[in-house]
Amino acid sequence: MRIEARQQVEVWRVILAPVLAVLAALVLGAGLILWAGEAVLASYWALLRGALGSAFAINETLTRTTPLIFTGLAAAVAFRAKFYNIGAEGQLYCGALAATFFGTGLVGLPPFLMIPFLMLVGAIAGGAILIVPVLLKTHMKVDEVVTTLLLNFVILLLVGYLLEGPWKDPMSLGWPQAAPIVDEGVWPPLLAKGRLHLGFIFALVAAVLAWALMRFTVWGYEIRAVGLNASAAGFAGIGVNATVIRTALISGGLAGIAGVSEVAGLKGYLTLDLSPGFGYAGIAVAMLAQLHPLGVILSAFFISAVYVGADAMSRTTDIPTYIADVLVGLSVLTILVSVMLTRYRIRWS
Amino acid sequence: MIGDLLEILLTAGFWAATIRIVSPLILGTLGELICERAGVLNLGIEGIMTMGAMAGWMWVYQGGDLWGGIVFAAFIGALFGMFHAGFTVYLGLSQHVTGIGITLFASSLSYYVFRMLLPNATTPPKITPFQPFAVPILSDIPVIGEALFTQTPLTYLALLSVPAVWYVLERTPLGLAVRMAGENPVAVESQGIDVLAVRTGAVMVGSAFMAVGGAFITMSAFDAFYFGMINGRGWICVALVIFASWRPGKALLGALLFAGLDALQVRAQQLAGAQIPYQFFLMAPYLLSIAAMVVMARRARYPKALLVPFRRGDRV
Repeated sequence: MRIEARQQVEVWRVILAPVLAVLAALVLGAGLILWAGEAVLASYWALLRGALGSAFAINETLTRTTPLIFTGLAAAVAFRAKFYNIGAEGQLYCGALAATFFGTGLVGLPPFLMIPFLMLVGAIAGGAILIVPVLLKTHMKVDEVVTTLLLNFVILLLVGYLLEGPWKDPMSLGWPQAAPIVDEGVWPPLLAKGRLHLGFIFALVAAVLAWALMRFTVWGYEIRAVGLNASAAGFAGIGVNATVIRTALISGGLAGIAGVSEVAGLKGYLTLDLSPGFGYAGIAVAMLAQLHPLGVILSAFFISAVYVGADAMSRTTDIPTYIADVLVGLSVLTILVSVMLTRYRIRWS
Repeated sequence: MIGDLLEILLTAGFWAATIRIVSPLILGTLGELICERAGVLNLGIEGIMTMGAMAGWMWVYQGGDLWGGIVFAAFIGALFGMFHAGFTVYLGLSQHVTGIGITLFASSLSYYVFRMLLPNATTPPKITPFQPFAVPILSDIPVIGEALFTQTPLTYLALLSVPAVWYVLERTPLGLAVRMAGENPVAVESQGIDVLAVRTGAVMVGSAFMAVGGAFITMSAFDAFYFGMINGRGWICVALVIFASWRPGKALLGALLFAGLDALQVRAQQLAGAQIPYQFFLMAPYLLSIAAMVVMARRARYPKALLVPFRRGDRV
């Protein structure tokens, strides 16, 4: 077996790669559905209907797309510079902590100032927690995957402590949750019915901004150059460490806003189960989008649909709801292979 | 307070707990170490440990015997190691991203399979786990005997695998091939040895170790399988490998230090009572892992070909 680089990569291969990857993941997932004794096509149809089959379903899917766009962008930007930030889950909670700290009465501002203010402090908190891992990487070569991941556990315990202790809302009837965000800070709903909120628009804007940053600015060029070949970028006069640090802060900031969005947009207050793993799913979102910020919108929508649809499917069939996580995990692996096959060919000889 | 801590350090219970906590860490760390010495970072560890924990437990729950469960867990671990090697060694895909993908896939698949086989279980069903086995004579030694020689057979297996892995890696031609595959694959190839096969073998064996480490948790430390059972232990093992500078002996020391502090943490928590919230004690192992990586990073000498895919015929 030999692997050869293709002379040129056609556009249709780049576009087809994620589609084929998703199909492959669905075919592999079909085995698990058959095992559960259900009909494959009927089950996937139930999944599709559960995700997109009604106005309510679409509303739910878009609501869940919102944090996934932010965490997907967080991973996409960082991975472009080969900074493997696996701590988006923790950074999300940091953003949520900041929004709760400032948004529950500490600061009083009119809505048009309060909403951006909470986003800003959330982004700063999400980025700040990454300072230690990124400095350890740039200055001591400590692997960022493990440090960012371990911090997730630390932050979740911190959230647990705050919600069971000093930040516990006395009005919450014993539930570990914080006081609600003041009205001025709450992100208004987009539609009269359903839970979809302003955060969805913010997420779309963030994706476009991230795309413009990567595509048109010097920073974006430096991020891509460092990711492609750090030593060549350094030789060309790009400050590699500065670029990696900057990228990490942008990445953490985006993940932090995901937390603000869930607190100020969706729930209204901080809880321990604010995120059912949006930080980890964001990695899959970014991979499926081939790290392209605009692609993140589509892939976040797809993965959100898988989760929302799988919930609905599990209610009517004997298929455990974990199928959604299995499909997402499978997609990461199949996309890796399919993207590779757009750039290389395998010769069997 | 200091006196209380010293008193804890003198009890056999503390040392017995340390040895118990260290067992899965040793197995996971040795597994990761074997992979990395061959040049392959295996971030699938967290998922592979979850798989091992589920597979071994399920084998016993379905009527198999305990050692059969361990063999089965090792087999499943090797299978996932084969996937990881296929992606990273043969296709040359990013070791970071593939590993994370394997972890996402393997852990969610564990929960899926568990639910499929036991759809109606509300309270987690239990098995009869490995029982402590008192080594004759040695277990009569005060404190040390109780701590070290009254453990389950799986703990002895974990402790004995440290010298075994050391011997194979450092003193046999096979180990030399594995180490060279991680240092200078071109040199290995020039000796007529298949680098890809050596790396694949190392990743499969290493993953089998990880899976047995996971199985320890459901088959020896506890008697049931829960959601989120591995709880970051796999990532801690990755940190411990760096702490150990890729050496089995140091891996044992690092894991012992770590497990000791973890066991101390539980007991200090009872001493401190309500003064310090329990969450801060639970943070300790994760912060310690980060600290351990920082302390050792300066001296760390990575296997030179770690993270570098090998393609035959490529000039380096």
